[in-house]
Amino acid sequence: MTSRELILARIRAAVASAPEAEAVRAHGVSPPAGEPGEPGDPVELFAGRVADYRATVHVTDGDGAAGVIAAALARRGVSRPVVPDGLPGEWTPAEFVADDPPLGAGELDRAEGVLTGCAVAIARTGTIVLDTGPGQGRRMLTLVPDYHLCVVRAGQIVAEVAEALERLDPALPLTWISGPSATSDIELNRVEGVHGPRTLEVVVVR
Amino acid sequence: MTATFLGMPAFPANAARAVHDAQLRANLRKATRTIRDRRAAAVAELPGWERLRAAGRQIKDHTLRNLDRYLLRMEEAVVRAGGHVHWAADAAEANRIVAGLVEATGENSAVKVKSMATQEIGLNEALAARGITVHETDLAELIVQLGGDLPSHILVPAIHRNRSEIREIFRTRMGARGRPAPEGLTDEPAALAEAARLHLRERFLAAKVAISGANFMIAETGTLVVLESEGNGRMCLTLPRTLISVVGIEKLLPTWRDLAVFLQLLPRSSTGERMNPYTSTWTGAAEGQEFHLVLLDNGRTAVLADEVGRQALRCIRCSACLNVCPVYERAGGHAYGSVYPGPIGAILTPQLHGMASELEASLPYASTLCGACFDVCPVAIDIPEVLVHLRGMAPHPRAERLAMRAAGWVLDRPERLGRAERLGLRLRRFVPRRLPGPLSAWTDTRDLPELPAESFRDWWERTGGGSGRPPERARRVGRRLPVRRSRAHAGDRERQERGERGGGGR
Ligand code: SF4
Repeated sequence: MTSRELILARIRAAVASAPEAEAVRAHGVSPPAGEPGEPGDPVELFAGRVADYRATVHVTDGDGAAGVIAAALARRGVSRPVVPDGLPGEWTPAEFVADDPPLGAGELDRAEGVLTGCAVAIARTGTIVLDTGPGQGRRMLTLVPDYHLCVVRAGQIVAEVAEALERLDPALPLTWISGPSATSDIELNRVEGVHGPRTLEVVVVR
Repeated sequence: MTATFLGMPAFPANAARAVHDAQLRANLRKATRTIRDRRAAAVAELPGWERLRAAGRQIKDHTLRNLDRYLLRMEEAVVRAGGHVHWAADAAEANRIVAGLVEATGENSAVKVKSMATQEIGLNEALAARGITVHETDLAELIVQLGGDLPSHILVPAIHRNRSEIREIFRTRMGARGRPAPEGLTDEPAALAEAARLHLRERFLAAKVAISGANFMIAETGTLVVLESEGNGRMCLTLPRTLISVVGIEKLLPTWRDLAVFLQLLPRSSTGERMNPYTSTWTGAAEGQEFHLVLLDNGRTAVLADEVGRQALRCIRCSACLNVCPVYERAGGHAYGSVYPGPIGAILTPQLHGMASELEASLPYASTLCGACFDVCPVAIDIPEVLVHLRGMAPHPRAERLAMRAAGWVLDRPERLGRAERLGLRLRRFVPRRLPGPLSAWTDTRDLPELPAESFRDWWERTGGGSGRPPERARRVGRRLPVRRSRAHAGDRERQERGERGGGGR
């Protein structure tokens, strides 16, 4: 008997006399209107919640986006950010490092920062989700550099976690980002940034 | 009480240990209270928490009831996505599989993300025995590994270390395992985190093999899910060519949509955040990686067979129950003698390992049954119910039986009691400050009452009960001390003596 057969047989014996257990799946999609905590303007809520994680957030409109992005990069002293394939041209600065041919981990470690878009964002939790799609690049790109500037379109923001899952494709590798890397392992003092990017900056485009 | 403790192995007085314990207790108090308050705020903020909690419980129960079906679906989905699936009936088999997979890559080291399942099976030690070095990458695990001791909290495993201890560990031990700590390292948390970042970065960039656990697996899609804070998880899951994930069979969820429930329940219950900084999900061979999933039983199917106890398999390891537990707050994680500390450990460890050993049989008693753990549990595990159930199944802890027997023998006859007391007084310098084994958790937080220089009975005899009455009469009164055999408890004896003394004064 293989271990696979053994484990399956043990499970079947263990639950043989147990009653069937049906699951009522309350996935916590938007709470009924009027319930406390109902998100108002998703852009406002999202921006506020990202800021709560001590990330820098800017809200701008389509015309202002390029300027806000350029200013953020300049403030950080990034002259040539890594830019993945498929980032809209109007957001892309004149000077950048393309991931073509694919950058090695060492090169990314020496990069000044990375500029990406995202797949979905969640207002209630202030979360950005990357799915390696256009404008987001391989997972490494947003992990190894110490600075991540992420552009979120208002249309990508959903209210709840459940809605985000509905929009996402589980076949793609996903990275959910809620604020910069952090630890509280030393006497419970929160320290921003251990291994992931220590600075996260978000631009929301209405 | 003297006689009770005389029956046990003496414990060497250890001043350093006592100081350490004071630090541990202070840290634990601060940690558990801080996280407890944060959790309460994060839970209160989300509407429909009870609805979510009920959904979490039901989804888990439904999955466990149909675990065979969902495991097969998981296997099929992972294989379809280019991954490999291995089944491990016990710890030894899981360790053998992982060692074989690492060896097949031609590497002799691996980076690792904190995982309770791999701790449970002693993977690091098993790999070390085959010449494979495992590098822990969580900051806390790094502190624990470099310091050569054991984690004490699910979420904050190095909670028993303060910043200056951590600085010392980094300064003296980092060099032996790679990049040494920077010159002039201070004990500022940010500086310590920076030292860890530098120490581990080279290792991440060069790593060829990574080992992880997972918080959830999705049967429908074959997806694995890891929640973390620091980014070391992402490093391990993303950079190495080969990824091996060891996951308990109970971590399964049926559908992708079900994940929504748990991504809301877990971070808020665990760190008290709306969402943890990083969550990674991947399905099969992501971005050309070689991916191996090791499905681990190791006692879980035995837990599943117990009608009352099986609810422990719903656990999502959030640690909320630790943070509200009055026993944990005082005893600390090490007292539970297992990778699973706190209330969940008290019900999971004896079930996973059986209750043959003294430690495991005593764990169901490591609780006051106050019920706080049940109230905060995001999947509504009725821990007190399981504790009581396990107490019924456990043989009385050996320590307890031994104590009762010794006390019964001594208290049975006044002459023996008198002799035992005098013996105790002569030996009082040797009375341990700390009880052995699992009972140490009790004495770690309480001072044993000082033994007086003279026993109450001797005092009575010498002074005639303090009343000037003749000793002969006093002795007769003394003999009528109402000593009950069944109550050999230190507190009861104390109360008794106090009561008698009051009576003697009248
Ligand atoms: S028993 Fe419940 S509260 Fe305790 S760690 Fe598990 S899920 Fe969390």
